[in-house]
Amino acid sequence: MTSDEVLISVRNLKMHFPVHQGAIFQRSRGRIRAVDGISLDIRKGETLGLVGESGCGKSTLGRAILQMHRPTAGEVYFRDMNLTSMQRNRLRRMRRHMQMIFQDPYASLNPRMTVGDIVAEPLIVHNISGGRKRREQVQTLFELVGLNPVFVNRYPHEFSGGQRQRVCVARALALNPDFIVCDEAVAALDVSIQAQIINLLMELQAKLNLTYLFIAHDLSVVRHISDRVAVMYLGKIVELASRQDLYANPRHPYTRILLSSIPVPNPQYEKKRRRELLAGDPPSPASPPKGCNLSTRCPLATAECYKHEPEFREMGRGHWAACFRA
Amino acid sequence: MSVLEVKGLKTQFHTREGVVRAVDDVSFELDQGETLAIVGESGSGKSCTVLSVLQLVQRPPGRIVAGEVRYGGRNLLELSEREMRAVRGKSISMILQDPMTSLNPLLTVATQIGEVLQVHMGLDKRQARRRTTELLRMVGIPEPEMRLDDYPHQLSGGMRQRVMIGIGLACSPNVLIADEPTTALDVTIQAQIIDLIKRLRNEFGMSIIWITHDLGVVAGLADRVMVMYAGQVVEVAPVEQLFREPRHPYTIGLLNCLPRLDIDRAEKLTAIEGLPPVLIGRPAGCPFSPRCPQAVEKCSKQRPDLKPAGPGHRVACWAARL
Repeated sequence: MTSDEVLISVRNLKMHFPVHQGAIFQRSRGRIRAVDGISLDIRKGETLGLVGESGCGKSTLGRAILQMHRPTAGEVYFRDMNLTSMQRNRLRRMRRHMQMIFQDPYASLNPRMTVGDIVAEPLIVHNISGGRKRREQVQTLFELVGLNPVFVNRYPHEFSGGQRQRVCVARALALNPDFIVCDEAVAALDVSIQAQIINLLMELQAKLNLTYLFIAHDLSVVRHISDRVAVMYLGKIVELASRQDLYANPRHPYTRILLSSIPVPNPQYEKKRRRELLAGDPPSPASPPKGCNLSTRCPLATAECYKHEPEFREMGRGHWAACFRA
Repeated sequence: MSVLEVKGLKTQFHTREGVVRAVDDVSFELDQGETLAIVGESGSGKSCTVLSVLQLVQRPPGRIVAGEVRYGGRNLLELSEREMRAVRGKSISMILQDPMTSLNPLLTVATQIGEVLQVHMGLDKRQARRRTTELLRMVGIPEPEMRLDDYPHQLSGGMRQRVMIGIGLACSPNVLIADEPTTALDVTIQAQIIDLIKRLRNEFGMSIIWITHDLGVVAGLADRVMVMYAGQVVEVAPVEQLFREPRHPYTIGLLNCLPRLDIDRAEKLTAIEGLPPVLIGRPAGCPFSPRCPQAVEKCSKQRPDLKPAGPGHRVACWAARL
């Protein structure tokens, strides 16, 4: 149920991390440009997929949007409220509208708390309910994510990976949020379980009118779940388009190579397939190339690409890309 | 002609909770020059199967309790640790999933590859260094001379995996076992590594056992596929046959639950319901029966054997159409 109403708006967001050297004086030795000037909108009720390889800054972008890192520059608006300039205690109250689901359901649940307490914790922190009402709410949440409420007094280690991820989803839903960042939420799960969680996330979205930022490295999963997809490389968005458009008609060479690198479970298709390969490894985000970030590995790069940075521009309706050669 | 033949292999782990039957009566053969993919989810016993072949299962708690591994006219399971050491890395070598933990962080690239060459090929230090340079070039590391004295942490993930492959290929092994060698890598790097393995396979004519959970990788690389569930082989078939006509409900489920890049989306993925199997104790019957949509009464009582289901195609299921 995507509308045109914008829920989250990101403007020229930068998140740089200083690199220090020396134990005592901590001289600054440059900066890691994890997120380097990103602007995008996330519409109410949509799933925006964010893909890219490890180290491209996709998780940092997700965290910077939620103000888990305070950004170096730029703004993030949630329903026209500027989160980046907001006072701490006001921001704290805003957080109930924005939640996160993490990759590793083993590391993101406290092993010493029962799963019932884990799901109840947001309700306590935000002073929503207590006593019997809280217990009922936890029960409802368990049912909502497909867990049997009789398990509330068990500990995380008694559950499988997929069930733990359901606990994480229940915790994220406890405060009835509008926006959820799913950071590689299904990456650690086996494929048969992964499908269960993807289905659950999609059902919940339809039922509760949720908006997702779905961060993942798996383009097949992103294709399945997203309405629009943004591709990130070395701290920047290189392409953004509707799902159909991006997969059928990728404009940026990086997107094309990324798509051609994904193995498809179909032997005949694989045999006929011509694969484009990207040369070498990605450069360090501490010292990105001078012109286009991809220029050092791009098969299409020309002299211009090494000198100037391409502008992120609209190439078709709602289809944006940053490339001179696209 | 098969180079490696595994018969009735059983490996168990004795834990406080009970006996884990990680590999439970597994048999297969590997032909000369063939690439066999072993597919399964975590805990299916695919890694443990190949670790047992090379007797690398840690004991205790692990123990190979039954079976035969025939290679070069001998049963490898009867060899002493010393004899086994002459086989590992020379005739049968292995590439592991995570190059960061399987390379020694304190030794340089040249030392780690050189060690294999000195032990198995009897080269001296200088010769080993020269051969190491050639190997690094072969696996696609640019300016190999500059990389010889690097430590693993100075290399990227893709480069480290190339070094691992270099170690695996150092003695031109007859059989290469690759245990999820690309799972920890990004897709563009994975594509580079698979491309490399295909090229080297054609050059050396070696037989490969490729362990993975990624059916996409299998489709592009394997000749034959063996699907494992809960320590047992549930289906074996030539790759095209398996993808065209999967017979076991688990294989069918696995193929259906994948989000695909080549087919447009159905509104809902067909998930395999239920939980992953518990390996402790031996449930009677087929281990997949609690999750199986086609299960009949017999399935929970009696374990099905692998039965022929077409040329080179075998399946262990009571309900499958044969």
